[in-house]
Amino acid sequence: MSRGEGILLTDLTLTHGRRPAVHHISGRFAPGSLTAIVGPNGAGKSTLLRAIAGLHAAQEGQLTAPRHDIALLPQAAALDRAFPVSCLDVVLFGHWNRAGAFRALRPAEKQAARAALAAVGLEGFERRPVGSLSAGQFQRVLFARLLVQDAPVILLDEPFNAVDARTAADLLALVHRWHGEGRTILAVLHDLDLVRQQFPETLLLAREPIAWGATAEVLTAANRLKARMMAEAWDAEAEACDRSAA
Amino acid sequence: MLHLAWDALGNTLWAPFAEFGFMRRALVGCLALSLAAPPLGVFLMLRRMSLTADVLAHGILPGIAIGFLVAGLSVTAMSLGGLAAGLIVGVGAGAISRATGGREDAALAALYLVALALGVTLISTRAGSVELSHLLFGSVLGVDDTALFLMAGIASLTLLALAFAWRPLVLECFDPGFAAAVRARGGAWHMLFLVLVVLNVLAAFQALGTLMAVGLMMLPAVAARYWGRSVGGLAYAAAGIAMFSSVVGLLLSYHYDLPSGPAIVLVAGGIWVLSVLAGPVDGLFTRLFHRPHLSG
Repeated sequence: MSRGEGILLTDLTLTHGRRPAVHHISGRFAPGSLTAIVGPNGAGKSTLLRAIAGLHAAQEGQLTAPRHDIALLPQAAALDRAFPVSCLDVVLFGHWNRAGAFRALRPAEKQAARAALAAVGLEGFERRPVGSLSAGQFQRVLFARLLVQDAPVILLDEPFNAVDARTAADLLALVHRWHGEGRTILAVLHDLDLVRQQFPETLLLAREPIAWGATAEVLTAANRLKARMMAEAWDAEAEACDRSAA
Repeated sequence: MLHLAWDALGNTLWAPFAEFGFMRRALVGCLALSLAAPPLGVFLMLRRMSLTADVLAHGILPGIAIGFLVAGLSVTAMSLGGLAAGLIVGVGAGAISRATGGREDAALAALYLVALALGVTLISTRAGSVELSHLLFGSVLGVDDTALFLMAGIASLTLLALAFAWRPLVLECFDPGFAAAVRARGGAWHMLFLVLVVLNVLAAFQALGTLMAVGLMMLPAVAARYWGRSVGGLAYAAAGIAMFSSVVGLLLSYHYDLPSGPAIVLVAGGIWVLSVLAGPVDGLFTRLFHRPHLSG
């Protein structure tokens, strides 16, 4: 399933306006790795995921990623759940990369979408409008869409936020299944206990990369304190960064 | 006895269209409009862009005014002017929307007030109050063959384009983030959609005038919200409501000597009120009347 060099960051800087969201980060997400991205709020975690998905241009440095093989799960709060669309329709959009805007969907593709709904525990929900779902059920639908997308690289932005424990456990099982299939998975998470138990690798980010590697070595008290200090330091008089490659 | 009632019904519902060519043209034009505009209204409503339709409808007025100043009450000149102005305002509204991150309502309100004032001022330099009221409120009963062909042509084009672009439009509407992630070119589809809205506002302008133009686009769409649970269902319901409003509105205007554009819009408004009260999806009555809950 995995191919190529994985995702390679070379002295990458991402900005909102002139403010750095992610500052001079270098490293590599290996093919088939399962990495948690943790850090304080405003640390650039979501921005990094969006950049890897090709939705945020690099200000400086290089980002090498298999752009067409990436599935991104954005934060669920961004969606209008009152929209009149059925669960099956949402999952069917996962075929977009193969079916595009016009092609009629094949019976096998519809069957795959039904199977995906069943795999996330929502059998019989095909025709339910998404407006009638709980937050956890809606997140299951979005995971079913990821299943249908069948991408070798999967980016998850706070996938277990606002979902019940049971749903979180089921979806986590799915993440491990993807990991077992050799897919590369990056997940932005806040629950450090969960990360310690379930994620072999961790990137601790606070605009700057604080630590990146085996989870136990990254999530030390010293590193976490450093991350918090970095996040709270906000320099209103910041000058142009002198680390830029001239 | 029965045949008397039958005759009365025929005289009320059928005779106006059978006897008068202007009523037939008005009917055909409004039905064409009713097929194409309401589905666009559904997308506008779902994108929380209901105000944008109004902005576009008022935004075409300065262009129409310039067309009018150049060539008088010519459908071709006014339509070309209106199209140009509508596209400029549409692109401007889109730019404002992006620049403000979706909090554009104040800027849009400013835009359409300026456009309306500019249009009325331009027209008033040359025209009397009769022409002005014609341009503002339309004259369904004055739809000539050129205007009719324009309306029918725009409706046909819109239906074809909607059939063609349905999937990307729904995706871009529901989940723009996902659309961007799978490179669905949401922005390009959105531009195509805005062009369709401008064209339909122009078509509606022929019959309903600039102040009422979005009446047949937005009111049926907003009313349909209480009747359907899928985008397709909403579009069908909205088109049905619009067609019903057109027929009933024209008949009311004929029998009671009412201005026809406002009559059509008022009927659509009445259906909206009815839908809010009695619509099966989230209507007030369905909430008030307690039905036994399901077993699972």
